[in-house]
Amino acid sequence: MPAIDHAEATRLWRLMCRIRRFEDRVHADAEADRLEGYVHTYAGQEAVAAGVIPLLRANDWLTSTYRNHGHAIARGVPLDAIAGELLGKATGVSGGKGGSMHVADQALGMIGAMGIVAGGLPIAAGAAFAARYRSEDRVAVAFFGDGAVHQGAFHEALTFASLFTCPVLFVCENNLYAETTAVDYHLLAGSVVAMAEPYRIAARRVDGMDVLVVRAAAAETLEEMRRDGRPRLIEAMTYRFNGQYEGDTQTYKPPEEVARYRARDPLGLFRAHLSSGGIVDERTLDAIDDEAAGEVASAFVAADAAPWPVAAAVTADVYTGDPVEAERS
Amino acid sequence: MTRELTIKDAINEALHQEMAADDRIVLFGEDIAGGAGRDVSYPPAADAWGGPFGVTKGLLGRFGRERVIDTPIAETGFVGASIGAAVAGLRPVAEIMYVDFIGTSFDQLLNHAAKLRYVYGGKISVPLVIRTVTGAGFRAAAEHSQTLYSLYTHIPGLKVVAPSTPYDAKGLLIAAIRDPDPVIFMEHKRLYMQRGPVPEEPYEVPLGRARIARPGTDVTIVGVQKMVHTALAAAERLQAEGIDAEVIDPRSYSPLDTEAILSSVRRTGRLVVVDESHPRCSLATDIAALAASEAFFELKAPIRQVTAPHAPVPFSPVLEDAYIPSPDRVCDAVHDVMAERR
Repeated sequence: MPAIDHAEATRLWRLMCRIRRFEDRVHADAEADRLEGYVHTYAGQEAVAAGVIPLLRANDWLTSTYRNHGHAIARGVPLDAIAGELLGKATGVSGGKGGSMHVADQALGMIGAMGIVAGGLPIAAGAAFAARYRSEDRVAVAFFGDGAVHQGAFHEALTFASLFTCPVLFVCENNLYAETTAVDYHLLAGSVVAMAEPYRIAARRVDGMDVLVVRAAAAETLEEMRRDGRPRLIEAMTYRFNGQYEGDTQTYKPPEEVARYRARDPLGLFRAHLSSGGIVDERTLDAIDDEAAGEVASAFVAADAAPWPVAAAVTADVYTGDPVEAERS
Repeated sequence: MTRELTIKDAINEALHQEMAADDRIVLFGEDIAGGAGRDVSYPPAADAWGGPFGVTKGLLGRFGRERVIDTPIAETGFVGASIGAAVAGLRPVAEIMYVDFIGTSFDQLLNHAAKLRYVYGGKISVPLVIRTVTGAGFRAAAEHSQTLYSLYTHIPGLKVVAPSTPYDAKGLLIAAIRDPDPVIFMEHKRLYMQRGPVPEEPYEVPLGRARIARPGTDVTIVGVQKMVHTALAAAERLQAEGIDAEVIDPRSYSPLDTEAILSSVRRTGRLVVVDESHPRCSLATDIAALAASEAFFELKAPIRQVTAPHAPVPFSPVLEDAYIPSPDRVCDAVHDVMAERR
């Protein structure tokens, strides 16, 4: 693992704990039927969000997917606002309009969390295009899964970004399954990296369970991009610990595969590295984890107590300006 | 005793029976069985889903991966390939997991499936069925809750059906599969568990024929798919007030059974259309325009439309509940049209 100092290590550890504890809570609430709607959790993939997003500058752009909670937490969306959104409360980051599949804070440069597979890629490319056009020193990052690479939007976005020199970082979170379909079956190119090469986009595959490996690769990649303004692609090999969505029975995952990846839990790996390397001691790690769990618990207490949106919000925000009175009868 | 099935099981049975009878039928879609690729090394992976709602569950075991084909997430690819396979002699039934995902394949439907026959002077047919899932009420937010009926109905060359009962789900799907033209078969996610009588043998419900869901004399309520049930719930309440509402379920939006709607409107003189879609350029406006144009002098009151607002579907339970037309709103609209005296 690449080197890291104490302060940085505790920051990353805190972030990963926040994401995991948040998703643990969401998973438990979903299992207990306390959450409505479609919920896709990020547990198992924490090293990707934690490895990439803290390196971004405040003015960089992001697009995410329906598996967005980890990205939102890493970008600094307050846990209260995410929990509120998941419960459909007025205090949610989008006032309850979007719910779990669409958690994104535009004030933090998150353009959106798209419910349609690969929907965010061309949009991120366009944001990067605008940055270059306006001579702004900012990049865009598009997160997507391995299932997205067969969408036209993936290929068209890569073509656009490469042809028009857009500083966009395409981050594939290859969690081995496109919904229930195994990546070694559907990914005929062998890797997502191989799919970037024909578009003349430099790409690298990294161990997406190791936050320091992801971080080192992302740091180098972002530096290159900020220098030459070209797009890049990172394929982070990771694993989704829960289902495609909460409620998915996951009968398609062999138990030995699950065990193999659980043994490489990104939090477990990082923890072992920090404690065995003498970078952060076990007690501090535990204390941070407990604090994260406490923050998550209070976020949900706040969300539970928060008010519902007013009914008039249904027709607000369809267009810029005043809500349109469109309801009939 | 008549056997009862859910809509989900009625659709599954229709697919079983038609596939057994006709080996030209193949199914394409994302995770319509599930576990593709993994099931070779790990057999329990097979049939992991049967689609997100389990509608196609069990077909894999009987017909195999040669005919039950889990595709990559690539709608343009498999919808377009379904068109080609249909032209070349197969009878593909492709599933767009949610109607909201249609955008990623729309060119193939809009410009090719719908137009091949016409552009080439009737020398080619596209016997294709697209099954897709519609509807709000699942807290599934803006990109997994739309209905989009009118988007398809608008396009000449496509047929559009949307059953609201298990009987119609089975019969319309069989008719759609046997139809020589592309048919969009819309399944409302909130109706999958709706139970009702379904004969065991295969049968067709002809496309383009409406159903009187409830006969009545005072007012015609036309419901669009799930809104048939909303209209029926309203009709029950109205009955207690002495208003006898007729509820029409068009079932098929293209072709539309204009005669069934018009003859009901001519009898009652009053029309309320209930549609879960957005109000502009919708089935509600289409059906209202039909009655206004063809039965104007028989109308005793202005036509009322009860629809969702001109807004995307919100996630928040309180907002979504306010969004979807309710029996209360249908009753209000009926009270309005009944208050007019002419």
